[in-house]
Amino acid sequence: MSSWPSGVLVPVADPLDRFRQGDVDAFEELFRLHQRAVYGWILRIVRNPTVAEDLTVEAFWRIYKARARFEPARGFEPWARCIATRAALDWLRARRPESELTEETMAMQTTGAPADPGVTAEIRSKTAQAFARLPPRLRVAAVLSVVEDRPHKEVAEALGISVTAVKLRVFRALRLLRKDLERQGIKP
Amino acid sequence: MSAHDEERIKDLLRQALPPIEPEPTAGLEPRVDLWPAVLRRLDSRPAAMPWFDWTLAAGLIAFFAVFPASIPLLLYYL
Repeated sequence: MSSWPSGVLVPVADPLDRFRQGDVDAFEELFRLHQRAVYGWILRIVRNPTVAEDLTVEAFWRIYKARARFEPARGFEPWARCIATRAALDWLRARRPESELTEETMAMQTTGAPADPGVTAEIRSKTAQAFARLPPRLRVAAVLSVVEDRPHKEVAEALGISVTAVKLRVFRALRLLRKDLERQGIKP
Repeated sequence: MSAHDEERIKDLLRQALPPIEPEPTAGLEPRVDLWPAVLRRLDSRPAAMPWFDWTLAAGLIAFFAVFPASIPLLLYYL
């Protein structure tokens, strides 16, 4: 509700309702409120800031196009995360695995937690490359659940699958990763 | 794969791909304001179908009009 000069309270439609009706100002309001969360989510999947920025734009474009299907009861952020995950998955599917390990991506992978001295840089690099060869749907589940430690329920909602399916994808990703590393002579 | 193996692979994966931590000052946010790019994307018209796609579609329609018996054959191989 907003107050007019006369003091009369005039009902103002909720930004979510206005967004559903195609109001661009309401959409900008939602964009400003949620862009960091959506960008951060995409960055965690693609691990490349430039790509994450492009995909954030793509995700919000898809969000606006799909506004008629938005259910307010579900909440904007989980719905936006779901669309963002699909945009990131589409990007991963369209790329060849080798092309994903760009300098920018590798730079992000070398920062962060201090490395275990027992794991050499070569093993880390081979593990990252082997991981990049996994099917995208398995990679997304594994990177969000194992690396980023996101709750299974959140990952399941973003991928539009059950919690059991997330656990299964993570298990399959780890098993394929172990096999790939063993083929390269690395015994985890 | 045993639980021990699974944990070992998880550790290795975390070593290879450390979790993305927000910057202490800026947090996880784009380096530029993305709203103008979103607006441009909203304003952009969908890509028009290239002329050669129209030509191909017209050619196929003409072909099936002349040789309708080829339709079941095509459906069989699809």
